[in-house]
Amino acid sequence: MELSFFSSILFATVVAGTPLIIVALGELVTEKSGVLNLGAEGIMSVGAVAAFATAHHTGSPTLGILAGMGAGMLMSLLFGISALTLMANQVASGLALSIFGVGLSAFIGKPYESIALASVTPIRIPLLSKIPLLGPSLFEQQGLVYFSWALIAAVAWFLYRSRAGLVLRAVGESPVAAHSIGYGVVRIRYQAVLFGGAMAGIGGAFLSVFYTPMWVEGMVAGRGWIALSLVVFATWRPMRVMIGAYLFGGCMITQMFVQGSGARISIPAQFLSSLPYVATILVLVLISRNRSTIRINSPASLGQPFLPDA
Amino acid sequence: MNHRKLALASLAGAALLAATGLMAAEPVKVGFVYVSPVGDAGWTFQHDLGRKQMEAAMKGAVTTKFIENVPEGADAERIIRQLAQDGNQIIFTTSFGYMNQTEKVSKAFPNVTFFHATGYKTGKNFGIYNARFYEGRYLNGVIAGKMTKTNVAGYVAAFPIPEVMQGINAFTRGMKSVNPKAEVRVIWVNSWFDPGKEREAAMTLISQGADMITHHTDSTAVVQAAEEKHKEKGTWSFSYHSDMTKYGPTTQLSGTTHIWGDFYTKTVKEVLDKKWTGTNLWGGLKDGMIKLAPINPAVPADVKKTVEKLEGDIKAGKFHPFAGPVVDQDGKERVAKGMNMTDAEMGAMNYYVQGVASTLPKK
Amino acid sequence: MWLKFEPRPEPSRVMTYLSPLLAVGLMFLSGLILFLILGKSPVEGFKVFFMNPLRDSYGVAELLLKATPLMLCAVGLSVGFKANVWNIGAEGQLLIGALAGGWLALRFEGSHSPFLLPAMILAGALGGMLWAAIPAFLRTRFNANEILTSLMLVYVAELMVSWLVHGPWKDPDGFNFPQTKLFSAAATLPILLTGTRVNAALLFALVALVVGWVFMNRSFMGYQMKVAGQAEFAGRYAGFSAKRSVWIGMLAGGAMAGVAGISEVAGPIGQITEHISPGYGFAAMIVAFVGRLSPIGILFSSLLMALLYMGGEQAQQYLNLPSSISKVFQGMLLFFLLGSDVFINFRPRLVRRRK
Repeated sequence: MELSFFSSILFATVVAGTPLIIVALGELVTEKSGVLNLGAEGIMSVGAVAAFATAHHTGSPTLGILAGMGAGMLMSLLFGISALTLMANQVASGLALSIFGVGLSAFIGKPYESIALASVTPIRIPLLSKIPLLGPSLFEQQGLVYFSWALIAAVAWFLYRSRAGLVLRAVGESPVAAHSIGYGVVRIRYQAVLFGGAMAGIGGAFLSVFYTPMWVEGMVAGRGWIALSLVVFATWRPMRVMIGAYLFGGCMITQMFVQGSGARISIPAQFLSSLPYVATILVLVLISRNRSTIRINSPASLGQPFLPDA
Repeated sequence: MNHRKLALASLAGAALLAATGLMAAEPVKVGFVYVSPVGDAGWTFQHDLGRKQMEAAMKGAVTTKFIENVPEGADAERIIRQLAQDGNQIIFTTSFGYMNQTEKVSKAFPNVTFFHATGYKTGKNFGIYNARFYEGRYLNGVIAGKMTKTNVAGYVAAFPIPEVMQGINAFTRGMKSVNPKAEVRVIWVNSWFDPGKEREAAMTLISQGADMITHHTDSTAVVQAAEEKHKEKGTWSFSYHSDMTKYGPTTQLSGTTHIWGDFYTKTVKEVLDKKWTGTNLWGGLKDGMIKLAPINPAVPADVKKTVEKLEGDIKAGKFHPFAGPVVDQDGKERVAKGMNMTDAEMGAMNYYVQGVASTLPKK
Repeated sequence: MWLKFEPRPEPSRVMTYLSPLLAVGLMFLSGLILFLILGKSPVEGFKVFFMNPLRDSYGVAELLLKATPLMLCAVGLSVGFKANVWNIGAEGQLLIGALAGGWLALRFEGSHSPFLLPAMILAGALGGMLWAAIPAFLRTRFNANEILTSLMLVYVAELMVSWLVHGPWKDPDGFNFPQTKLFSAAATLPILLTGTRVNAALLFALVALVVGWVFMNRSFMGYQMKVAGQAEFAGRYAGFSAKRSVWIGMLAGGAMAGVAGISEVAGPIGQITEHISPGYGFAAMIVAFVGRLSPIGILFSSLLMALLYMGGEQAQQYLNLPSSISKVFQGMLLFFLLGSDVFINFRPRLVRRRK
């Protein structure tokens, strides 16, 4: 089916936004429990290489996703030991994880460099994919795209409708109070960190198994950091994560389309490439201006170590 | 044989060999510096094929060593220097960004011979080499012009340096020579190697109507993208650097493949025989430094014939891809009718020829 | 039994000094294990990685050369980190510093003035400060998180360098290749030791360490910064802080990163290209933490980090390992340090598990 100009942009935007949504939602849950994990870039890198290697050897993209998820959880466990058990500075622990992860992934990924993986056929959703204009770009996508949408609903439901989510938020708001009424703060935070790691791992897997599909050193290319900024951008609201991710993806894609249209514009490509980053800064500024929204939505204990029995 | 005798014997041997002009007493060490991992395809992969070919051809006379993924910054100087210090007699540095570093080290090691790919500085023990990739590009363009249904070709490019500009312009001229309605659209991805972006750019071009896709970036992503979209869009591709048939088995129409092995063998021999007197080699189809990737059976026989004839003409010097008149995008005549573009003019190419639809980013 | 950490009545001084050594020890140990896993002789691996880089005086000089930008960036960052100002965009500030200083070198190409070089260094510092002032301003005026804004600006700075060397600043005689002209002798930092690449930037770095020490330990402002850093962190991430410490922290980091940038282009590189820094601005964060945010610590940790970089190159050349092994070591080092630090404020004790 012939995709129109608009549909093509939409299609590509959704694809570019998907890993950001998945990773940002994981980080959102982690932060809601009061833990700031800046290691997303490193976790994604390791997740990407683990997923690629698994998919390459087994031929199964699904196993690849699972491997990426597992690797992501292992990586975030490292962070948990450092920041939760040993109560180290969370910012520094996250940075360490980022650098370590990027290095480690390059290291493990060495033998897989420049091997190509067969691309995975998208899943077409009957009926919905027939909707004019929107159908082919939204409903003929990879499974993980649908997963990202389900994840938004699931995370929103979990945080605001479930009891466990209430407890998690309570831990993020006031760990001392949560502890005093008998919740295992460190345990709950560990779970949140592991969930964040799992999602970042899946995000990495999406890049290496579905998006490119290929493994190269440095292929995450800052997407982990962008996912982190999306959480603030979204003021810790799951739905807004999606808006932010597609906005960012849209920025990236549109500049390509402008170039590819053969239109005679003579703006340096570097200016266009920098648009998504500038846009992120601008939106961050717009959102953060209103201190009260930030204060109401951001978990009060974010970044603070918690010491049981202190 | 005791040690002394052994030493004496080898001394005598060396003298003998030196006298006969053969330097093969002990294998000579040859070092290579690569900008990216060798991988499975691309710029560095082709250089490494060349290295292996040379080593096999000079069996026993040389041993080779390569260091991959060397960043083009200040650190490269240390690595090149170390190769020289470790006794490598000939050192090839295979990326433009090593030029000044190689030059500096070459001055510190006058007895070592250095070669730098794609640069423009030379010295007494410092040669340069490059290939006329544009010749292959022109022929690719001819095939594209004959095969296209939409009359649009898409070109994923890294940076507007002359080598890339020559490629785009030669491809465009080839395409327009057989199909006046054809146009070429370019997307700059600002990176030599970023499969994600390359693929994104290829997909963008395809969805905007390009059915002939090629690239001047280092991964196989573009050829893969064409393979994937072939059924839906009838997309075909042309590979660059390596033959990427493996990645586009049905849709790669042809390509421009780099061949360094013969050059490496010849050059190393010359240096060992002390016949080397400085190289500024810019070799093309004629010298075997590039060749066309296999032409896809989907290409009709008459087109194939046209291309083969042109290839012969280029080799024989009867045809030049930038034979005048060369008119740039703004209508300015760059080469007059009856003239061929000189190497110096090609080296400074910073404009699009007519037929490229995009405009160059402003300076 | 259950391992439990009990708070110490006051931080242990002994552990403050012991913990970095413990971290380095653990890093060596894991390195040996890593070499074993990779099927390399650990002794050989250790030799190649940690000893080879320093086998001759040239190697030592290269170590100093490599440590210089790390030292500069880290000492600047440490001022901010002390006050919980998380400038993680030093890489971008370094690049803008290189551009600002480099612009002077290109603009006054034929000049032999002895003032050119000092002016370039100053311009480098100002350029870095300017780039750091953006997140500082957005933070103090609009409450935007500096971690994220400073990082986004790294990408913008990289693209700006790319645009300039491909466009307006391209060497007109350089066959369109993405690089500026080589800087003239008057615009190049003097070499300190002939036959090596160690240049005057090392002196800047040492001076910066001394100034940093005096500022943090002997000035009232430095004292205020430290106090600000002990205040609650959570509020900071979400947006409340003394504006002044944000400004001072960001600008100090920017200035030093800028000097590091101009020192690289006016030093070992000698021109502006797209490959000014292999990530010094990011690595400097590890240097700052491992150096305990103190100038003396930074002196040692920058040398150690430089050694890890060079060790990676050696491992690549002689052990056939990817050079990214450097990053694995660097990440491990920081992890171990953060882990070991628990002993400063806590005492480990085995306790019976509670029902």
